[in-house]
Amino acid sequence: MRVKRIAPEPVAPVAEPSVDLSLIDSLIAKYKGKQGNLIPLLQGTQEIFGFIPREAFLKLHSDTGLSLSELYGVATFYAQFRLTPSGKHIIKMCHGTACHVQSVTAITDELLDFLEVKDGETTSDGLFTIETVACLGCCSLAPVMMIDEETHGKLTPKEALKIIKEIRRNEAL
Amino acid sequence: MKKTTVIVGLGSCGIAAGAGKTFSEFQRIKAADKLDFELKKTSCVGMCFREPLVEIIDESGSYLYGQVDPAKADEIIEKHIKNFSPIPEYIVQSERFPTPEQSFFEGQVKIALRNCGHMDPENIEEYEARNGYAAIRKIANNFMNPDQVIQMVIDSGMRGRGGGGFSTGMKWKFARNYDAPQKYVICNADEGDPGAFMDRSILEGDPHGVLEGMIICGYAIGASEGYIYCRAEYPLAIKRLNIAIEQARKKGYLGKGLFGIEHFNFDIKIKEGAGAFVCGEETALIASIEGRRGMPRRRPPFPAQSGLWKSPTNINNVETFVNIPWIIFNGPQAYAAMGTEKSKGTKVFALTGKIKHGGLVEVPMGMTIRDIIYNLGGGIANGKKFKAVQLGGPSGGCVPEYLSHTQVDYDSVNATGAIMGSGGMVVMDETTCVVDIARFFLDFTQKESCGKCTFCRIGTKRMLEILTRITQGEGQEGDIELLEELAHNIKDGSLCGLGQTAPNPVLTTIKYFRDEYEAHIRDKKCPALSCKKLLTYKVDQEKCTGCMACTKGCPVDAIEGGKREPHFILQEVCIKCGVCFTKCKFGAIQLS
Ligand SMILES: Cc1cc2nc3c(=O)[nH]c(=O)nc-3n(C[C@H](O)[C@H](O)[C@H](O)COP(=O)(O)O)c2cc1C
Ligand code: FES
Repeated sequence: MRVKRIAPEPVAPVAEPSVDLSLIDSLIAKYKGKQGNLIPLLQGTQEIFGFIPREAFLKLHSDTGLSLSELYGVATFYAQFRLTPSGKHIIKMCHGTACHVQSVTAITDELLDFLEVKDGETTSDGLFTIETVACLGCCSLAPVMMIDEETHGKLTPKEALKIIKEIRRNEAL
Repeated sequence: MKKTTVIVGLGSCGIAAGAGKTFSEFQRIKAADKLDFELKKTSCVGMCFREPLVEIIDESGSYLYGQVDPAKADEIIEKHIKNFSPIPEYIVQSERFPTPEQSFFEGQVKIALRNCGHMDPENIEEYEARNGYAAIRKIANNFMNPDQVIQMVIDSGMRGRGGGGFSTGMKWKFARNYDAPQKYVICNADEGDPGAFMDRSILEGDPHGVLEGMIICGYAIGASEGYIYCRAEYPLAIKRLNIAIEQARKKGYLGKGLFGIEHFNFDIKIKEGAGAFVCGEETALIASIEGRRGMPRRRPPFPAQSGLWKSPTNINNVETFVNIPWIIFNGPQAYAAMGTEKSKGTKVFALTGKIKHGGLVEVPMGMTIRDIIYNLGGGIANGKKFKAVQLGGPSGGCVPEYLSHTQVDYDSVNATGAIMGSGGMVVMDETTCVVDIARFFLDFTQKESCGKCTFCRIGTKRMLEILTRITQGEGQEGDIELLEELAHNIKDGSLCGLGQTAPNPVLTTIKYFRDEYEAHIRDKKCPALSCKKLLTYKVDQEKCTGCMACTKGCPVDAIEGGKREPHFILQEVCIKCGVCFTKCKFGAIQLS
């Protein structure tokens, strides 16, 4: 069940970076009082901060009157929402049917090994968050991964590693 | 002399294959050499296995080039565009050169995909030039009333392409019959089935076609507002839909008093999904638009009576909507002339997996699975043997090779235990383990269950545990029966389609491949050599160069042998993790 995503195992509390909450003022002004505004509000907040900080939940609640439990309940239901900061680049490994049949698991394992993280985690240098997703819609190019907005198809473990290493190299410059 | 046109396929799949670079290269040389050709964009024609695709149209005809990287682009400009001599080796389809791959298009009938790959999806004029917005004009000019429109849809025999296969016309009629001040039209673009991408291709390639279908539906049921609920994983589709909506508003095709029909107002908004498979289910989708957790509710009342904000609502799939303008424009008889007795028209399939020519195909209902895989798809990749095909995604099942004479229509596919679903066709060969596939799907549905019904929430978890145990060599006598019992309980004890169909992948694989389950459980063997824990790893002494790559990789030091000496694996120590197999560059690790 999806709710499992809240906290798979007890994790040490990470100090949340403090955020400038005034950034979401215009978002709140745009959606306040409109029907069906809850998800767009959360999506907008995540777009601004990269995740939904605790303080933002409180502000959304006090400024819009939406109940805190509803906000949190929705945020933990949908896979899209993050409650912790993500890495600079997000690697989405497609584990859809077509990619599974084309052995994407071996590639994911190789990358997790290289980045020294588990599925859904962020590397210690804060550069990458890697997660498995259901289908990226490029099934005929399986196996597929998406880094930020760019999709890479017909991958081999070697190639996938090469792409990651190149990003890391460029970031070091 | 006719000007040469160069059209680059820029769908998501094309871009992933590098079409962006190809397009830039054409652009660069065009400017640098001051060449006089027209450079245009289009979307995917379905031939994904040859992306990036570039079509060149000149006086002598049209030529579709495959796998055009920047280097090939240079060559094509030099030889074809400057010197009028096409390069047959790179051509995948042309009237002038027969190619081995043209069979991909033979037998296809494009209705839902009529515009995909044949026009610039970001240009409303190109859509109009291909009879776009002509169907709604036909309705307006002939003063057809909503009941006549609905009757045409009923007469066409069109059934919903979202998976259920319910008569589209009947559904519209129900929504029309409820009287309410406000009604809604929703386009279901959540496409959750992993392994299917027809809706994405349609949205990217023919956004106006979907809009027109929704406008016609709005007129027919008396709705003034439409929503497109689109997965957030499809950014390009959302971008093109936004462009299309903007263009349609400017032309007065969305807004108030449309097409000269009195009191006909209709506008469309896009809602981005937030990543939950269950939101493809119509009542969960409505909950999601309303800003709640996407949990299905009991029906009745059906959305036609009480849907979005409790108003009558009609929900259809993307492919359903894009067919509508064609049906109205060409008449329902033309549509009903294709297909089988109970399944009319055509269906789009996403051919993926171990197939030679993977991509998007549209065929008349009733073609056999074998014909689709062998004639259009070119057969199985790498000369392997065809084992089964998975239809209908997580709600569907595996159809074995010996049933490949099955026709694809709703009823014949249902008879096998699979379902037509959205049209994903994942082809599997002898190296794919069906028990592992069943485990894969249960893993998916278990994660995606919304948690409302106990059997769906906990039952799928138990099934997953049993399947995992079987693939790891810890299966027990009685496991198959236990799976079957759980499967039936979950089917009976779940509220929505997710739970009711979640056991299908397991039930069909047990039905057709019971011996494979037994081999895993009794003999601790995986006949497809796919389940790692059930394999024995050995070093081929002939091939081993003694490079020590495997020795270093082995997490438990189970591999012995010095540098440049053949290695061997200590079977008692080996934990069957498969690292040596992936590390070896010489193919010296053998599986049995
Ligand atoms: C778990 C589940 C997931 C579904 N996912 C989709 C989907 O991704 N796309 C879709 O069009 N229909 C999906 N459906 C079917 C819809 O509930 C609905 O029947 C369909 O959108 C109706 O459109 P149609 O009549 O044009 O087929 C799903 C149903 C269930 C139970
Ligand atoms: S299954 Fe991986 S892109 Fe669809």
